[in-house]
Amino acid sequence: MLSAEPITNKHKLDLEKVRQDFPILHRTVYGHPLVYLDNAATTQKPWAVIKAIEEYYTGINSNVHRGVHYLSQLATEAYEGARKKVADYIGARHAHEIIFTRGTTEGINLVAASFGKQFVRQGDSILISGLEHHSNIVPWQMLCEERKATLRIIPVDENGEWSLDGLDDLLRGVKLVAVSWVSNALGTVNPVETVIAAAHRQGIPVLLDAAQAVQHMEVDVQGMDVDFIAFSGHKIYGPTGIGILYGKEEWLNKMPPTQGGGEMIRTVTFGKTTYNDLPYKFEAGTPDMAGAIGLGAAMDYLNSLGLPSVFEAESYLTTYAFKALQTVEDLRFVGNARNRAGVFSFLVGDIHPFDLGEILDKQGIAVRTGHHCAQPIMDRYCIPGTVRASLAFYNTPGEIDRLVTGIRKGVTMLQS
Amino acid sequence: MTINEQQDAIIEDFSLFSDWMDKYEYIIQLGKDLPMIEDRYKTDDNLIRGCQSRVWLHADYRDGKVFFTADSDAVITKGLVSMVILVLSGHTPKEIVDADVYFIDAIGLRNHLSPTRSNGLLSMLKQIKLYALALQAKSMQS
Repeated sequence: MLSAEPITNKHKLDLEKVRQDFPILHRTVYGHPLVYLDNAATTQKPWAVIKAIEEYYTGINSNVHRGVHYLSQLATEAYEGARKKVADYIGARHAHEIIFTRGTTEGINLVAASFGKQFVRQGDSILISGLEHHSNIVPWQMLCEERKATLRIIPVDENGEWSLDGLDDLLRGVKLVAVSWVSNALGTVNPVETVIAAAHRQGIPVLLDAAQAVQHMEVDVQGMDVDFIAFSGHKIYGPTGIGILYGKEEWLNKMPPTQGGGEMIRTVTFGKTTYNDLPYKFEAGTPDMAGAIGLGAAMDYLNSLGLPSVFEAESYLTTYAFKALQTVEDLRFVGNARNRAGVFSFLVGDIHPFDLGEILDKQGIAVRTGHHCAQPIMDRYCIPGTVRASLAFYNTPGEIDRLVTGIRKGVTMLQS
Repeated sequence: MTINEQQDAIIEDFSLFSDWMDKYEYIIQLGKDLPMIEDRYKTDDNLIRGCQSRVWLHADYRDGKVFFTADSDAVITKGLVSMVILVLSGHTPKEIVDADVYFIDAIGLRNHLSPTRSNGLLSMLKQIKLYALALQAKSMQS
């Protein structure tokens, strides 16, 4: 995060050593060493995760929970062990409050479908913000359409920050608040604590889209008193296809399952099916065992580096990148939040972001261009999209320098 | 020049550059020679879908031949559009519909373009052939 605090080196990561843990960082692209600055889209995987998946398939692969045999027991222990690791990582009270999903999108859709079915009626409202990713807009639009409920939006100001002045009024009649912790498009770190406190004063639960947050800051769901959070494994150095929905036990117990099948049942007769306990009632079918175990390995890996060291490395690099990008003539940031994660959305002069992204790519520099699946916030600024550079702790100041040189080269080529 | 002679000329030009950055410089330069679409044709109807950048394409039919004008808000896209128009513009509808557009693969462009860019290029080619097909059908009626 970018802050005014001085940079200290007490938790310094050995970057050279850390980069050895990520095999892909050593490949070349178009003859140039890869500079990977698309970490908000997905992060790269350390050997620890790759090997955990390999060991799962070569050593213990078998179906969980139901086998009487030895391998099934090992797989179940590893799978449930991963659930415990996630619970510990985010400070959950119980492991059964951790639901394995396919990703953030599925987690949000699960709550929209299940909470929506149980609690949202005609005339109710759902509150989101103007900074949301499409996956935290569309599920609520679908729910509101079905239930004849209303979708309300926390407005966003020119800097890309929430305007919370009318929050108490906005919250009236709201059944659930669903907002992003960190904006994927602009990097704004939102004041979610304020919203959680205000919502709870009116007895309204809060879901956080934490897809861009869990990898950048310490998460303590009990300390924050948040009711639900959803995030994706692949954005926190884990495998693709696995994600997490955390929900407070008291809410999850009141919510019906959204998918029927194996694992989620206790007894089935043609007359009546009774559902399993948490977390299994929300995990129909054979789960992604390898993915869950890989995610657990990612969390072990981050803990082994030390979270303070990881976050401090990112904070240093974010400040460095902010200053370096400011030296590029005609570069303007889209979103100027005071509190920002290592995500920079920008435009240079009147150069189309797509053009700049392509010229950066040809220099081996991977960034994202476009609307970042957040069209409403792009509309807010009346732009079709931006170039987005997003950092991870394994990026180096040297890579930021290459980004800046690459942008300058692009500007020379593209400016009319 | 026939469509294929024009394609071969582009392929030859590209063979002079070994570095992809030079090829991009050349593409951007070509964009500057693009026959510009008149502002009144820059409508949503003339927008080509499938591009991250916007492309407007307009076809005129004169003396049995189709002439294309276009524009884009992105300069690399403009260069790519320019190459396609250079190859296909000024030919009869039949020639355009029957054309085997091989230069994109031959200069290695398809492998170097980002997938969105490459999709955009394909939708543009498709649109150009559709225009030509429509004009061909029209000319056969009259």
